[in-house]
Amino acid sequence: MSERPDGRKFDEMRDIEAKVGVIKEADGSAMFRIGKTIAIAGVYGPRKVYPRHLEDPEKAVLKCYYDMYSFSVPERKRPGPDRRSIELSMVIKNALLPSIFLKEYPKSQIDVFVSIIQADAGTRCAAISAASMALADAGIAMKDVVSSVAVGHVNNDVVIDLNKEEEDIEGTSDIPMAYMPRMKKITLLQLDGKMPKEKLKEAIELGIKSCEKVYEIQKKALKEKYTK
Amino acid sequence: MNELLVKEKEIVIPGEEIAKGMEFLPSVGTFREGESIYSKNLGIVEVRNHVLKVIPLRGKYMPKRGDTVIGVVTNIGFSGWTIDIGAPYDANLPVGEAVRDRVELLRSDLSRYFDIGDVIVSNVLNVTKSKIIQLSMRSQGLRKLNGGRILKISPSKVPRLIGKSGSMVIMIKNYTNCDINVGQNGYVWINGPLEGQFLAEKAINLIEEEAHLSGLTDKVKEMLEKEGVKNE
Repeated sequence: MSERPDGRKFDEMRDIEAKVGVIKEADGSAMFRIGKTIAIAGVYGPRKVYPRHLEDPEKAVLKCYYDMYSFSVPERKRPGPDRRSIELSMVIKNALLPSIFLKEYPKSQIDVFVSIIQADAGTRCAAISAASMALADAGIAMKDVVSSVAVGHVNNDVVIDLNKEEEDIEGTSDIPMAYMPRMKKITLLQLDGKMPKEKLKEAIELGIKSCEKVYEIQKKALKEKYTK
Repeated sequence: MNELLVKEKEIVIPGEEIAKGMEFLPSVGTFREGESIYSKNLGIVEVRNHVLKVIPLRGKYMPKRGDTVIGVVTNIGFSGWTIDIGAPYDANLPVGEAVRDRVELLRSDLSRYFDIGDVIVSNVLNVTKSKIIQLSMRSQGLRKLNGGRILKISPSKVPRLIGKSGSMVIMIKNYTNCDINVGQNGYVWINGPLEGQFLAEKAINLIEEEAHLSGLTDKVKEMLEKEGVKNE
């Protein structure tokens, strides 16, 4: 049994902080911090659809924008959308879609903007957790809150919530997961790297367990806004 | 088997289980899945006999037939106006529903009646399934509001701002000497002396922030009394 670089246990996540209502002008907003990764989400809408041809007479259109700020990483990141952030916007959208009652808002659009102001691995998971809280804060009808965390396979061990240092170790695989705790449904499952089949099963189980822990933190943060 | 899992007036998050069993009925803001009833919104639980409701704490205005709303004219068409009522959809106000006298459409300029930027009080006549909203100004008290300005609050907080049979609005009106008109869509029109307007705005913001807490009337009254003295 080897130790993890920052001395955590294998099933121990970094410390998490969640806050709702951080952007006053948005219809709903939330901040989600896990370790050094910080995501801020703002939700606008339901509002009119632009461009008009995307309008759906049966249900709302969900649009997600993921953006990593140039100062979020040690080496300056070129600002603006790139191939990676466009893909992550799509991934976040697909992870959130099954949780929303889109049919309650026909002919409208819901915008979700997620900004990563500090990145230390696991940004897409922090983004999903923040976005789901912001959607709830905006008063949008939802089936469940989506919780998200990454599992990984480092030096032959299944570990939860990798940081950048672990992610960069040779042979590491990384599995970002999003999960709806009440419905017991996985909405996002990606695998970057290689790992044995049994370990994957173990990893998913650990991921689900940790998502439930994240859910409790989200729940507390959402209720805390109204109960001081 | 029939069991209520949360207390009345408790805050629930989307997807939280409110009750188990078929004896309870889901109403606004809730849905049934299997045997249980869950919340759809972040809101406050309301129990009436066996009917469960969740009143959302925030959210956009969704138009309902019969609502009295305050709107801003955004466009003038050939035979009517387009009105912004704070919903995700535009509302239509046809000439026939707004003006009493006969209007020759080809010859007259509709901006004589309402121009872009004008504020009106109107009724929601109909909302179709494809969300086309028809407004009407044919009932009593529906008119153009001259001067003043608009504050926007969340529509779920309108009942708190109005209070029991209008007690809260009347109180603010008395303390600030302002004319206040509240639409179901969360648009609040105020007009009156400047100091009064600022005070009324402060009171309305206080209500918006603390609508979910009890003892609101006393708190607003206290604030109005404290701040009101300075103006007199």
